[in-house]
Amino acid sequence: MNSAAFVLIAILILAAALAAATLQKLMHATLSFAVALVGVAALFFLMGAEFVGLVLVFVYIGAVAVLIVFTILLTRRDVGKDQGVNWLGALLAIAVFGGLTWAVLKTQSVAIAAPHIRALTVKRIGEALMTSYVWPLQCVGLLLTAALIGALVLVIEEKRN
Amino acid sequence: MTPTLQCFLIVSAGLFSIGLLAALSRRHAIFILIGIEMMLAAANLNFIAFWRFGPQSQLPTGVMIAIFSIAIAAAEAAVGLALVIAIYRHYRTTNVDHLDQLKG
Amino acid sequence: MSKFADQIFVNAKQWLLSWLTTAPGWLVQIASALLNICTLLAVFLTMFALMSVLERKILGRIQNRYGPNRVGPFGLLQPVADGIKMLIKEDIVPARADKVVHFLAPILIAATAILALGIIPYGRNMTPFTIDGGILFFFAIGSTTELAIFMAGWGSNNKFSILGAMRAIAQMISYELPLIITVLPVVMIAGSLTPDRIVAAQAGYTLGVVPRWFAFTPWGATAFLLFFISGLVESNRTPFDVPEGESEIVAGHMTEYSGFKYATFFMAEYIGMFAITGLGATLFLGGWHSPVQALEFIPSYVWFFAKLSALLFVYVWLRGTLPRTRIDQIMNFAWKFMLPMSFTCVIATAVWHYAGRGLRGWLWSLAVIAIVYTVLSMLLDTQRKFAPRVYRFAE
Repeated sequence: MNSAAFVLIAILILAAALAAATLQKLMHATLSFAVALVGVAALFFLMGAEFVGLVLVFVYIGAVAVLIVFTILLTRRDVGKDQGVNWLGALLAIAVFGGLTWAVLKTQSVAIAAPHIRALTVKRIGEALMTSYVWPLQCVGLLLTAALIGALVLVIEEKRN
Repeated sequence: MTPTLQCFLIVSAGLFSIGLLAALSRRHAIFILIGIEMMLAAANLNFIAFWRFGPQSQLPTGVMIAIFSIAIAAAEAAVGLALVIAIYRHYRTTNVDHLDQLKG
Repeated sequence: MSKFADQIFVNAKQWLLSWLTTAPGWLVQIASALLNICTLLAVFLTMFALMSVLERKILGRIQNRYGPNRVGPFGLLQPVADGIKMLIKEDIVPARADKVVHFLAPILIAATAILALGIIPYGRNMTPFTIDGGILFFFAIGSTTELAIFMAGWGSNNKFSILGAMRAIAQMISYELPLIITVLPVVMIAGSLTPDRIVAAQAGYTLGVVPRWFAFTPWGATAFLLFFISGLVESNRTPFDVPEGESEIVAGHMTEYSGFKYATFFMAEYIGMFAITGLGATLFLGGWHSPVQALEFIPSYVWFFAKLSALLFVYVWLRGTLPRTRIDQIMNFAWKFMLPMSFTCVIATAVWHYAGRGLRGWLWSLAVIAIVYTVLSMLLDTQRKFAPRVYRFAE
């Protein structure tokens, strides 16, 4: 694992995420959000979880970001300026970050280097999905179908009589 | 020197806090959704990091949970954005502060 | 001798890298990656230049005219002239445009198109970027194109641009489903998401004559057809080029682009086309394997590029033959025909596998596909093909 690559990716993620949270224009924020997720996928690659990284790019960039962008387009008349940052929220976020960092730095058992592992191939993930994880897989399928139908019902135009 | 588990956890904590910032301080519904998605991504980062650095990395457990959580995040985004569009059609606004019809 | 010619590029790369034996490991890795990238860019940008002039010449033949024949021998230097023209044109950015997004869109679209080329095996041991989930990488990168097109449409701040981008995304999302589902049968049979393994699974000849390509099984042939049609849509080619239909919405998402940025869009479209046809050849047409056993002495990359060129010729042929379809026809076709048929391919593949992968499996899977096709065509009532369009407007 390369520490130079890690530092670069970490800076990219945090900068893009901060931009997504603070930029005024919604479209710019969405694109920064996409960049932050590409960074997360890059960290997954760094940790040897290529499959999850690819799935993340596929789902978040190919589906979620496009959905958000479409929603922005459909609600375009409302893209007025968001009034400034809510200071209470910012304070709470900083407090949460401080608390989490303190807890992480205080715990000695997480200050470990990565052990050497056998590469996790797609074949092994597929076998696990089809054997021990087959019920969760079915449940996720059901959930996604329900979400699809639910989203359609929500946005379908009501007939005006 | 290679990055330890701590480094990944701190990046994840930063991403989570920024997501929280977006969800708490912005008034536009889509911003709130983006914040929630960022928090979910931070959680995924944690799952993968603990899987990679944990003692039992020959089992694909962390990877599996990350995959399922990505699928659930996609479903959540679809329904959430559909709600935003439905609300916009009804009230002509996406500012969550204006959606106070149920306030007693 | 034939083995030498087959591996000449691999050996040349090894020889170049052997100059770096004293360098640290990461430098060798970077040098190897850079070599791959430069070769890929050189080959495909040359192909893009050639394709742009050959397409116009073939279209000219189809339409009973000459096509470009003024610049250079047979008009072959036309791309150079076009390139110079594009480079010295003024680069116009609309005053009301979202400048950052407008600028980033062509870069992103070209980058994703070129990245997708990386996982295709161009010959024996000639995959530039070997990754465990290569096919997934291809589609993950390909899905980024939609965001880039939307950026182009939104950044231009023009009604034609945004309409074109909406159309492009709508049809690309609809056809991404059949595109991915038709790849599933191949992955099921080859048991791998790695393009190299998929090509290896298509080696050999049945009875010593018919190559064991997936396109020569009933499910493979159907999946290949569906994949090809979806690929046409994904690369926004005629007859599915409504996103940039010049008779309706100027040039779609590219309306506000001029000069080199427009050329970048044009290049990305062609490179995307090379990538999707290359993937089609890899998945269904045996990749770099030769179609006849006696011709195996011809180097593997020659076969790959021959198949690529044949598929590209069909693209041009279709463009010269078919009129543009309407957007509602495209969408209906995607959801009512392509999607059920691609699921049928998956089932037919399972039937083929469990019936023993022989003649019996061949007939059974053919029967499954024929039944579903007949039922679908009855349900869809093809007699009403040319009914007047029902207009529904967005609010």
